[in-house]
Amino acid sequence: MAKPLINVPAKAKRGEVIEIKTLISHVMETGFRHSNIGEFLPRDIITQLVCHYNGEEIFRADLFPAIAANPFITFHTVATESGMLTFEWTGDNGFSATGQANIAVVD
Amino acid sequence: MTEIAFAFRCVLSSVLIGTTLAAAGEIPMSERRSGYDMMSADTKAMQDDDTANPASLWVLEGETLWSTKTTNNKSCADCHGDTAQSMKGIAARYPAFDTKLNKPIDLGQRINLCRAEHQNATPFAPESRELLALTAFVARQSRGSPIVQDDPKMQPAIAAGRALFEQRLGQLNLSCAQCHDDNWGKQLAGSTIPQAHPTGYPIYRLEWQSLGSLQRRLRNCLFGQRTELYAFDAPEMIALEAFLMWRARGMPMDAPGVRP
Amino acid sequence: MDQSRRELLTGAAAFAGGLLLVSARPADATPASMQAAIRNMLGDVEIGKGKVSLDIAPLVENGNAVPMTVAVESPMTATNYVKAIHVFNEKNPKPNVISIHLGPRAGKASISTRIRLADSQRVVAIAQMNDGSVWSDEVNVIVTLAACVEGL
Repeated sequence: MAKPLINVPAKAKRGEVIEIKTLISHVMETGFRHSNIGEFLPRDIITQLVCHYNGEEIFRADLFPAIAANPFITFHTVATESGMLTFEWTGDNGFSATGQANIAVVD
Repeated sequence: MTEIAFAFRCVLSSVLIGTTLAAAGEIPMSERRSGYDMMSADTKAMQDDDTANPASLWVLEGETLWSTKTTNNKSCADCHGDTAQSMKGIAARYPAFDTKLNKPIDLGQRINLCRAEHQNATPFAPESRELLALTAFVARQSRGSPIVQDDPKMQPAIAAGRALFEQRLGQLNLSCAQCHDDNWGKQLAGSTIPQAHPTGYPIYRLEWQSLGSLQRRLRNCLFGQRTELYAFDAPEMIALEAFLMWRARGMPMDAPGVRP
Repeated sequence: MDQSRRELLTGAAAFAGGLLLVSARPADATPASMQAAIRNMLGDVEIGKGKVSLDIAPLVENGNAVPMTVAVESPMTATNYVKAIHVFNEKNPKPNVISIHLGPRAGKASISTRIRLADSQRVVAIAQMNDGSVWSDEVNVIVTLAACVEGL
């Protein structure tokens, strides 16, 4: 399973709004297509991305087939304290992938 | 054949040759532009930011494969050391002439030869995720390096590639040159026709929603010409790759690129 | 040259023919079904114009990956924040694109992603505030597809 690419600033000032960028390998098959030889391609997508900051949920996205292959999602959060951000992608056919990033918050 | 018919044939073929020559308008060096230059701001931004470029996913996988040991306990890294040094400019020099095989090979074939000769491993299939990942990782080290195609032993392949590039093909009777030399910058349906300089391969093509090689792109063009597709790694493919790299000599690599 | 141009035009027509085949996928979502999806998600609320800014290029090269940013004007404090952002389209097979749930800890209500657009169409972004008010923005996007489409 391919590793997701997560970009979180390694260091931030307390109270600073930081940008988080995520990229993950996934075909995001829509469930509305057929292959070259006419076989129906069943839906196979990531349905959710959840991000926790030191255990507390700070962001959740519900994805639909209209999200491009290899989903790229960016969002923001306030750097409150040093610690860890964890990311969990879940989807069809039992898909699950996780990632994490550390952040050091200074005054 | 009667004399009249023969004379008629001669006139006909000189007309045909005339149009063929007229169509082969090579792009002056100073007017060459990479496909990147013709993209929208959004697509350029997608390529420029490594954290947004979807090809980064393959580069990351390639980096892992690069240091993965095979059955004989050897990884690419064991021989090649620091890739930032050892692989810089390498992708910019392929296809290259392999003296042992006595023929030109492209970067994917080089990686597979290494696997067979030094790693006791089975070659990856053309367009397989692993081969694209390793190619992307190696090509990434050549970002900014100028394309070089100056080995005299490559001349026959380059000449063969040029002939193929200028050859009218398929049900549309269309050559590569008619689009990419004569009509670049104009619109074909909704798309701008690029000059076809392979600076960014392997590319993440939005149309594919995936990474793909120059050979895959060439097969797409051949399909567009409504002609029979060359098989992956066919001599025609390598010749076309060699000619296109020669045609783009001196231009900086921007692999792995994003293209529409 | 004339001959070559004429043949190129023939070629372009054939390429365009290929395009039609490729874009003939089910385009089921309609303006009405998009409205239904919006009501389904948000209930029967009044949707105001403003506060939301949906940023998509009006002309995109390929509908397979269209960069999109949604930003909502909000101080993002404990008492005044954006609860959710939803994006809908009217011509893909389904009207939903993405739903984002956030809170004051976001600091800034601005998200980006890449979406698929099966055709030129209207895209709508809607923000739900913590006070129950709902705001929106919309953009009409023209999608041009790559000419030499995948054959195999």
